[in-house]
Amino acid sequence: MPRITEYRRPAAGTQPDYLFPRYASTVKRAPTQPLVLLPHTQTELTGPVFGYGEVKRSDHDLTKQHAGDPIGERIIVSGRVLDENGRPVPNTLVEIWQANSAGRYPHRIDQHDAPTDPNFTGAGRCLTDKRGNYRFVTIRPGAYPWRNHYNAWRPAHIHFSLFGQAMVQRLVTQMYFPGDPLLAEDPMFNCVPDERARQRLISTLDWETTIPEIALGYRFDVVLRGPEETPMENRKGDKR
Amino acid sequence: MSLHATTSQTVGPYLHIGLTWLSIEKLALAGVPGERISIEGRILDGDGEPVNDALVEIWQADSRGIYGGKRFRGFGRSATDGDGRFRFQTIKPGRVPGTDGKMQAPHIGVIVFMRGQLKHLVSRVYFPGEPANANDPVLALVPAKRRGTLIAKKRGKAGALEWNVILQGKDETVFFDS
Repeated sequence: MPRITEYRRPAAGTQPDYLFPRYASTVKRAPTQPLVLLPHTQTELTGPVFGYGEVKRSDHDLTKQHAGDPIGERIIVSGRVLDENGRPVPNTLVEIWQANSAGRYPHRIDQHDAPTDPNFTGAGRCLTDKRGNYRFVTIRPGAYPWRNHYNAWRPAHIHFSLFGQAMVQRLVTQMYFPGDPLLAEDPMFNCVPDERARQRLISTLDWETTIPEIALGYRFDVVLRGPEETPMENRKGDKR
Repeated sequence: MSLHATTSQTVGPYLHIGLTWLSIEKLALAGVPGERISIEGRILDGDGEPVNDALVEIWQADSRGIYGGKRFRGFGRSATDGDGRFRFQTIKPGRVPGTDGKMQAPHIGVIVFMRGQLKHLVSRVYFPGEPANANDPVLALVPAKRRGTLIAKKRGKAGALEWNVILQGKDETVFFDS
């Protein structure tokens, strides 16, 4: 196996800039000075490992965290975590959080006039298996208004946080649902120019993971950065 | 096979629901060898207002310069409070090699997530009065007049350090393209 020297830098148009004025909160929070290109040293090439101990095996099921069943359409959200070279990322922590079926978060700052659900917190986590697979049971989140612009509504989404095996693979993203007409107007979804990159944020209805009479399945694969695979001696300009 | 990494999206304002179940502000349990330190700081936006909805994660080596050791994982996570403040109690990391095999100065890797950022920030904390800072290969990449933003300041009692994240303006913290 080649020694990892660097992880790949993003392809043009596939990752957002910090400043994106359509998403108004970026204006006072985006760095204004140029970023410094960071070489990948051990600090960047390593990362924390988590296990069942901290994560409970039942943490993947968001519908079983309270006395009763949450209101809403029960769904299975599953997929694989891969790197850019197509290799599965095993045993990595996946954390999710989401609004309830009415589009409300149980959070002190969420003032949306929609009901909270005493049977739904909206947080889950799991570790990927040997093949990089993860699976959650949850309910389909609702859309909700936000104050970014007049009549702004977030499309239904589930937040994902992933670690991978190196700090440079750390990723927080959002999963969307197919056919959602709100996607076209959403500044976050539209934060990158690459159309295919945007489409990859949308899950697909998946008959294979759908459980008859119980829950529809949605598939969402996540790709983390992958190591450059060009051997050192073949790299142009590398004199070592 | 060649894929493209999934597009980053903001953690949004409700990050606490999904991420603060794992709050690790004390990284070093009793008996872990190393010089005990605390790092506290605030995150301030372009108006100088505290960012009360951010999450700071740190990643560091143990006192020997080993990442992910059995007794000391080296990962911390702290959500900012109403005053934009985060805090960690840990140990000073040992030196680890850089890309050319030369040793780097002791440092802690930092990742910051918040509403209003479509992707996380990457920075580093270095230590005050550390002679190795002068030859650190990463600090050397930073314009000299901005290096100070990466070096924590001593505060009060022994081992207490302050390191702030200034998002914009003349004292803007150095952030890395990692």
